[in-house]
Amino acid sequence: MRIICLPLIALRRLASCLLFGLVLILSAQTQGALAGPLDEAAALFAKDSFTDTARAIELLADSGAEHAGPAIEALNDRRLFVAADQSVYFRDPTGAFIALATGQKLPAEPAGGTGVRVNNRIRGAINTALGTLTLQSPDPAKRRAAAEAVFKSRSPDSETALQAAMQNEKIAAIREIQQTALAAIIATSPNRSDIDRLAAIEVLKERGDREALTPLNQIPDSASANVKDAAKAAAQTINNRLATWSAVQNAWYGVSLGSVLLLAAIGLAITFGVMGIINMAHGEMVMIGAYATFIIQEIIRQNAPGLFEYSLAIAIPAAFIIAGLIGIAMERLVIRHLYGRPLETLLATWGISLILMQAIRTLFGPTNREVGAPAFMSGSFRIGLIDITYGRVWIVGFALVVFFAVLALLRFTPLGLQMRAVTQNRRMAASMGIRTARVDALTFGLGSGIAGLAGVALSQIDNVSPNLGQSYIIDSFMVVVFGGVGNLWGTLVAALSLGIANKFLEPFAGAVLGKIALLVFIILFIQKRPRGLFALKGRAVEQ
Amino acid sequence: MITSAILARLDLRGRLFLGAILAALILVPVLNLVVPAGSPLHVPTWLVSLLGKYLCYAILALALDLVWGYCGILSLGHGAFFALGGYAMGMYLMRQIGTRGVYGHPVLPDFMVFLNWKELPWFWYGFDMFPFALLMVFLAPGILAFVFGWFAFRSRVTGVYLSIITQALTYALMLAFFRNDMGFGGNNGLTDFKDIVGFPVQAQGTRVALFALTLIALAGSYILARAIVTSKAGKVLVAIRDAESRTRFLGFRVERYKLFVFTLSAMMAGLAGALYVPQVGIINPSEFAPGNSIEVVIWVAVGGRGTLVGAAIGAVLVNFAKTTFTTGALAPYWLFALGALFVLTTLYMPKGVIGTYAEWREKRRERASLAAHAASKPAE
Repeated sequence: MRIICLPLIALRRLASCLLFGLVLILSAQTQGALAGPLDEAAALFAKDSFTDTARAIELLADSGAEHAGPAIEALNDRRLFVAADQSVYFRDPTGAFIALATGQKLPAEPAGGTGVRVNNRIRGAINTALGTLTLQSPDPAKRRAAAEAVFKSRSPDSETALQAAMQNEKIAAIREIQQTALAAIIATSPNRSDIDRLAAIEVLKERGDREALTPLNQIPDSASANVKDAAKAAAQTINNRLATWSAVQNAWYGVSLGSVLLLAAIGLAITFGVMGIINMAHGEMVMIGAYATFIIQEIIRQNAPGLFEYSLAIAIPAAFIIAGLIGIAMERLVIRHLYGRPLETLLATWGISLILMQAIRTLFGPTNREVGAPAFMSGSFRIGLIDITYGRVWIVGFALVVFFAVLALLRFTPLGLQMRAVTQNRRMAASMGIRTARVDALTFGLGSGIAGLAGVALSQIDNVSPNLGQSYIIDSFMVVVFGGVGNLWGTLVAALSLGIANKFLEPFAGAVLGKIALLVFIILFIQKRPRGLFALKGRAVEQ
Repeated sequence: MITSAILARLDLRGRLFLGAILAALILVPVLNLVVPAGSPLHVPTWLVSLLGKYLCYAILALALDLVWGYCGILSLGHGAFFALGGYAMGMYLMRQIGTRGVYGHPVLPDFMVFLNWKELPWFWYGFDMFPFALLMVFLAPGILAFVFGWFAFRSRVTGVYLSIITQALTYALMLAFFRNDMGFGGNNGLTDFKDIVGFPVQAQGTRVALFALTLIALAGSYILARAIVTSKAGKVLVAIRDAESRTRFLGFRVERYKLFVFTLSAMMAGLAGALYVPQVGIINPSEFAPGNSIEVVIWVAVGGRGTLVGAAIGAVLVNFAKTTFTTGALAPYWLFALGALFVLTTLYMPKGVIGTYAEWREKRRERASLAAHAASKPAE
């Protein structure tokens, strides 16, 4: 890709050089022929009355001289002076002094310079003039910004300049903006024909975002009823469109939050589903996964900065293994002795969570750690009216991949088969020769390892601090309990619906009240269906 | 006559416990008020308040032991009832400040003036009267526990599910109380108290009196809890703990017993909170934090679940350890110690200090009687 591009870039550079040369020749010619406007502008500036200054700015802007832009900017910053001999000059940002009439550098500052005064009216004129000048700037980004600025200001003074710029514009996207800017001017300024206005309203409707509403609401009173109705209808269409997109955006945020919840809850669903124990240290496994990512990135930064793009790919197995091993150690050392006593397990794992949290705090300090995002995860793209960041897309994708991987593991591997057997009937499974103790340890390791994976993802969107896990533990409990124990599909549905419900409640109730409402809903829901949305049926469920 | 009726219900452990409370009730005030400050026996006032705080925790632990130890309901939300009682008392204390606040408003507490509120929210009415506030200390947690328990027990939510939703309850309350709009002082909570029933909160005499009141409340709670667990209803509670379905099949209305003991326990926790606030001088939403409620469980577990006395002792022991740890150079290690306490207690001392001691004594007595038996045999 890059190799193909190189000649292209060279070609473009050559073309721009040629163009630049052409402009130089042309401007030299115009300067020779039309020295008038600059001299006239200088004379007007020298008078230093506001009306004359405004006229001088217009002359300067229309002159097409190369230093016109810098000169007007200089005026804005009070860097335009009138010398004792009535010649006008300005100081450019590098500190050099430039004569207004010729555009040549002066050897020294002329004597007796006084600044040209500026008031609000002049500032308005300056802005319009700068807008006009930049509308035709060779830099596309500047042209685009200038067109947007005209669209926002809707100043009829820019109309001619805008039309001139449209004639020369080659880039379709920028021309579109210029067109809407023109439409905004036509729609809002007085004394236009109905046909023009209706066409303008159509263009604005086409643009259809929040900014397009403003000119539509500012149709002058002098316009005909026909035009006003059309504007109202267009505004209505835009409002509907905005409402739809904001719903889409909420849904997307909800899916994004739901996938985070899903990641955090899958591991819990497995340990709780298979072994019937609540692992209060689950959040700390997530936290450890995040810290594993941090450590991997630190090692890469110090030893092989080139690998940074792959740091997350390396962190994924590392976090899985580290968190998984800690989980297996926990199971072998503590939880194994507490089977059949779920409440005691809850307390013991809470104790372990305190120890892990404090251990991380002692090792890494209580402050947030910086985990960077690789280039492919930063940035965003636009669909319709909403911005979607790549990071979120990756996390949603990652959550789904993990979910289906776990599902496949449970369904198609011997370990999965044994896990399901132990879930359904532990004693029968043991009688069939399944080493239930080993299955328990591996299950716990798997659940913890998945929590570690969640940590890798969360390190991209949350603060990596010792308290990271605490903020997710109650949420993931809610997901598991809501979805029903021992059913991964229930966890998926619960995570996504809680995430989406949360984001749709937020605009009405605020983040905190929305969360409280969901907690209360789940508390009530448990009353109705004590075993969750998708409960396991059968004898194994009792006790 | 009442005394003898009470004593009849108590075993040796209970009598010792009440005796210790009585001794503290006499000794601590005397050592604080009568013994001069220079004397090594003098108990400084800050220590009296600290002990008072421990005793409030002891009442809370007792309340939790009543539901967890005897009825098998592991509530991870008892901190919420404690905090609600505390807030009821805090609201009374706020109203007592009157014009002495920073803004000097006769009716509105400072934080409301600060938030630019014009009038008192309806739920603050009546809190200027002590009897009403006292009533709310019991009613606020009681009603919450009753409503919550009504739903939860009727639909047979048990075990870890119940634990999780009680945790969700206290978490939701914490989020709610952190909001400024709720009208409970938001983040900062209620503080800067001046008077309680006409006495200045900071005064030495008031502090000693509060300490004595807490002791009396502890004794009262203990006697009440003991009366319940030794009654016929208490036997049913234990039956529910050990085999809930079987008890139900025997014809007992399990949910009613549970609801009764849960509500009563919540009120006890509310009382503990109400005594806690004037002695500590502040109540804020962090009291609702789920971690706090879980910590209460470990006090009970350390002392001995299902022993009542053990719960109170566990609360004092763990909090004494916490104070010792967190005020010294060992502060960073407190969470390690607390975590280890959780793990080791559940692994090696499931019956707690009291239970393990009782077991050990039982074994020794058995061995002694066996030995005596063996010794007496040849003579036969």
